[in-house]
Parts: sequence; structure tokens; C-alpha cells
Amino acid sequence: MDKIRASILTPSRSSKLERRGKWLSLLCLGSICIVVIAIFGFITYRGLATFTTDHVSLSKFLTGTDWNPSVSKSGAPLVGALPMIAGSFLITILATALAIPFAIGTALMMTDVTPKTGTRILQPVLELLVGIPSVVYGFVGLTVVVPAMRNIFGGSGFGILSGTFVLFVMVLPTITSMTVDALTSVPKSFRYASLALGATRWQTIYKVVLRSATPGILTAIVFGMARAFGEALAVQMVVGNATLMPYSLVAPASTLTSVLTTGIGNTVMGTAQNDALWSLALILLIMSLTFNLAIHLIANRGSLKR
Amino acid sequence: MAKQILTTKNVRLSYGDFEALHGIDLAFDENEITALIGPSGCGKSTYLRCINRMNDQIDGVKISGELKFNDTDIYAEQTDVVELRKQIGMVFQQPNPFPMSIYDNVVFGLRIAGVRDKSMLDEAAQAALKQAAIWDEVKNKLDQNALALSGGQQQRICIARALAVSPNIILLDEPTSALDPHSSRQIETTLLQLKEHYTIITVTHNLQQASRIADRTAFFLQGDLIEAGTTKQIFMNPEHQETSDFITGIFG
Ligand SMILES: Nc1ncnc2c1ncn2[C@@H]1O[C@H](COP(=O)(O)OP(=O)(O)OP(=O)(O)O)[C@@H](O)[C@H]1O
Ligand SMILES: [Mg+2]
Repeated sequence: MDKIRASILTPSRSSKLERRGKWLSLLCLGSICIVVIAIFGFITYRGLATFTTDHVSLSKFLTGTDWNPSVSKSGAPLVGALPMIAGSFLITILATALAIPFAIGTALMMTDVTPKTGTRILQPVLELLVGIPSVVYGFVGLTVVVPAMRNIFGGSGFGILSGTFVLFVMVLPTITSMTVDALTSVPKSFRYASLALGATRWQTIYKVVLRSATPGILTAIVFGMARAFGEALAVQMVVGNATLMPYSLVAPASTLTSVLTTGIGNTVMGTAQNDALWSLALILLIMSLTFNLAIHLIANRGSLKR
Repeated sequence: MAKQILTTKNVRLSYGDFEALHGIDLAFDENEITALIGPSGCGKSTYLRCINRMNDQIDGVKISGELKFNDTDIYAEQTDVVELRKQIGMVFQQPNPFPMSIYDNVVFGLRIAGVRDKSMLDEAAQAALKQAAIWDEVKNKLDQNALALSGGQQQRICIARALAVSPNIILLDEPTSALDPHSSRQIETTLLQLKEHYTIITVTHNLQQASRIADRTAFFLQGDLIEAGTTKQIFMNPEHQETSDFITGIFG
């Protein structure tokens, strides 16, 4: 009797181990949280310096079209970020919009139209596309897309349109594979029910499969947009890096990321030039948070509907 | 003599190398309920899916034999499967309403058939829901998501959805197996009312249910049709030993 009592009251080896494991994972979680908070804090702190120490007004920063941080005008450096903001949004929206029909079409091939051969051929292609480093995409863009644009539209060939095509190829696998997941999670029984009611395959896809998968597809699109918005290297190689308002799709322009990657090595910490770049980084951070929020909202709305 | 709306002769079906049906001869009279009974895996669902060609969806299925619906060959080259399925509706074992409103579920078949007129859709939805004995329960929440209903209600929505396209034949694959006894009885009552307008073929594992609702019963065993006849005859006076063994619960 006492033996049983004792064995119950003293923690056993395995429960000690379990407790230690719990502490260990808490520790890991804690340190990751600290890193994330530190990054957020640091970017916010540095990014706000433009407005606090360099006295740039927020509205000037967001709506100004002159980007020349080393030149000061009436007491504040010329940091109008609108050209980059516009460039980033334009390139993201165009690339994603271009990718959506291709992604949905490809995904449908893999799930509903020709599931067997479609998946066998397209799955490896998608995995390959995901695995190619961005510098390779940028390089191909530089040697193929940019000259092609030059031949068709004249000018230098650098610009938003070239960036759009490069990003299109880069976000396509992301959106496609997530759309495939969304489509395969639509139960087969929905498809059977629709067919048994006399729907054609196309009607079934259009009215039942795509409709039921809409939240998942929207999530895929937002993920693709987030990827496009944040892509730096490949875009920088083909966009032209001129901090001008993108009035034409085939004229050199720039994005938040491309200005950051080209500029960050050439500025000194603490200067107005450097602060301005941190402010751009802050916009990127806010945007990626916005994308995350959108994904969560869509997921919640989608699950409520079910 | 009632009209034979559906006849099948020597229906053989294989999934790849495995032959699941070894030549089924069976005919169905108009406005009757026929129950298909037999132990699990004997091919009841397979046979049912032959009738509205749902087996076409499965890879590697080979079908031979002659299936005729109103004297037209179901498997003929020129048969339009989509039209066929509008004539021969199906209700599945698991309730499978679409993740849409109750109303959208019920009028789905009409909408895909091109009906746009709102009053026509409303009328058809109401009629189908009444026939499926669920109108009173859902009439005030037609725009609510059908997935929020109970399993029994969902199944009756599925029946209403099948009825709304006014088919000639309704195939039901164990429509009450996922339901509680009360909901099952409601669906049985529904089916008995429906046979005035429809020909009903239902698979069931519930022998009492078969005896309660079916005019005729067919007994399947391992891909063969052992015997078919009036329900009374199959239950009271079966010709084959296997049938009486199954009915009395010795196997199956
Ligand atoms: N898609 C399929 N691929 C291969 N074999 C199948 C397939 N569907 C059914 N079978 C086989 O065909 C036989 C008949 O199956 P079926 O589903 O028609 O039986 P059932 O009488 O409906 O059984 P239950 O009462 O359990 O539903 C079984 O041996 C089953 O394993
Ligand atoms: Mg079955």
C-alpha cells in the first residue's frame, strides 16, 4: 500500500522528462518571440527616425514623388516614397492578376480535369519552379524578358512590365499549389451530388468546386501577393531602379524592395538617407502584416460559412 | 400490368480485374418501390450506380450488358449522360448538401438546367421541400446554410434537391443508414408518399425497412442476383436457401 502511495506521490522519471521537455519548448518559443519582437521594434524605431529626427512629414513621405534623400529642401530631406509604393503595388497586383487564371486553370487540371496525368506532369514542374532561386529568375528576366520588351515597346526594356512577367512566374507555383490544396479539400461527395443532378463537369467545377473552395483560393492569392510584394532580387534586376512615378509600364521604375536592396549598402547608419530606407522597410513590414491579417480574416470567414 | 420503366439484362461490371457484378437481370415497374438487399460488398451500390452511370466517374470500370430506361439504351453511344441523370436522380448514403443555403441547394438542379425565373424556382423549391417532408421545418430559414441542419434534415434536403428536377426514377443508396430511427421513419413515410409520382429504387441494410416500404425486393449475394420478387414473397416464402438464411439473419 505504502509503496503505491509513494510511487504516485513522487514524480516518475517520465513525468520529469515531460516537464523538462515542456520547459525546453517554452524556452524555444520564448526566444523566437523575442527575436520577432526585436525585429519589429528595431524596424519601427529606425523607420520612425525619418519623421522624428529628420522632420519629414508623414504625408510628404507617402505622397511625395521626389526621392532624393541626400538633398534637403526646406529643412527636410526629399523623401517622397510614392513612386516606390506605387511601383510595388502595381507590380504585385499585375503579376498576381496575371497569375490567377493560370493558377486556377493549372490547379483544375490537376484535381478535376485530368487528375492523373495532370498531377504527374504538373506536380514536379511546380516543385521545380518553387525551388529555383530568385536570382536565376532575375537573370532569365534580364536576358530574355527585358530584351523582348525592348524589341516590342522600345526604350530600355526595364520597367514594371518586365518585373510583372518575372514575378508572374515566381508567384504562379505558390498560388497554384495552394489552390490545388483548396480544391482537393472540397469533398468528392459534392462533386458526385452535382453530377448526379445532371450537372456537366464544367458546371460542377464552376458552381460547386470553385465555389466551395473560394476561401482557400483567396488565401492562395493573398499568399501570392505577399510573395510578390516582398520579392526583391529578381525584381531589382529587371525593373530599372529609377525612382520615378511609374506612368508607363515599360519605363524604368522601382519598388520598395528594389530601392532597399540597391540603397542599403551605400548609406551610413544614422544618416537621413539611411533612415529613409528604414522607413521603406517599415512600409514593407506593415504590408506583410496586412497580408497576414487578410489571410486570417479569410480563413475565419471561410470556416464560419461551413 | 404496370409499365416497366427500367430493365437491365446480364449486367456485368468489373473494377479493373475484379468482377463485382456477374450478370444481373432485373426489371423495375413504374411507381413502385424496389428494395435492394444483401450483405455488405455484394454489389448493391455498384449496381445502383450503373443505372445513372455514376460508375463512369471511377477509373478502370468496365460494364457490359443491356440497361434500358424507357426503352432507350442507357449506355448507348448517343445517350446524353447529363440528360439521363436529370431523369434518374440519386440520393447518397451520406447526406451531402452543398455548402450553400437550403434554397440554393434545392434549386441547384434547376439552375444548372437553365431555369432563371425566380417565381418558378420558388415554386419548385417549395414543392420539392414539401414532398421531402421538410418544408415545415425549414420554411422560415431557406437562406440558412444547409450544413447547419441535422443529419436527418440534411438527407431530406438532399431528397428534395433530387426531386426538384422532377426525375422519373430516384435511386437511394442506404438513405437512412446515417440517421436515427425517428428521422429514418420520416424518410420512409416520405418515400411512400413519393411513389405516386416516382419510381424508387433503394438500397437498404435494414430489412424491416425493406418490408415496410418496398413493393418488390431483390436479394444480391457476392455480385449475383439470387432472387427478386414481391417483398411479401421474398420475406415469407423465399425460393432460395441463401435468401431465407439472409432474411432470418443466419449470415450477412
Ligand atoms: N471504386 C471501387 N474500386 C474497386 N472496387 C470496388 C469499388 N467500389 C466497390 N468495389 C468492390 O465491389 C464490390 C461491391 O461493392 P459495393 O460497394 O457495390 O457493395 P455494397 O453491396 O454496396 O456494399 P455495402 O452494403 O457495404 O455498401 C466490393 O467487393 C467492393 O470491394
Ligand atoms: Mg453500398
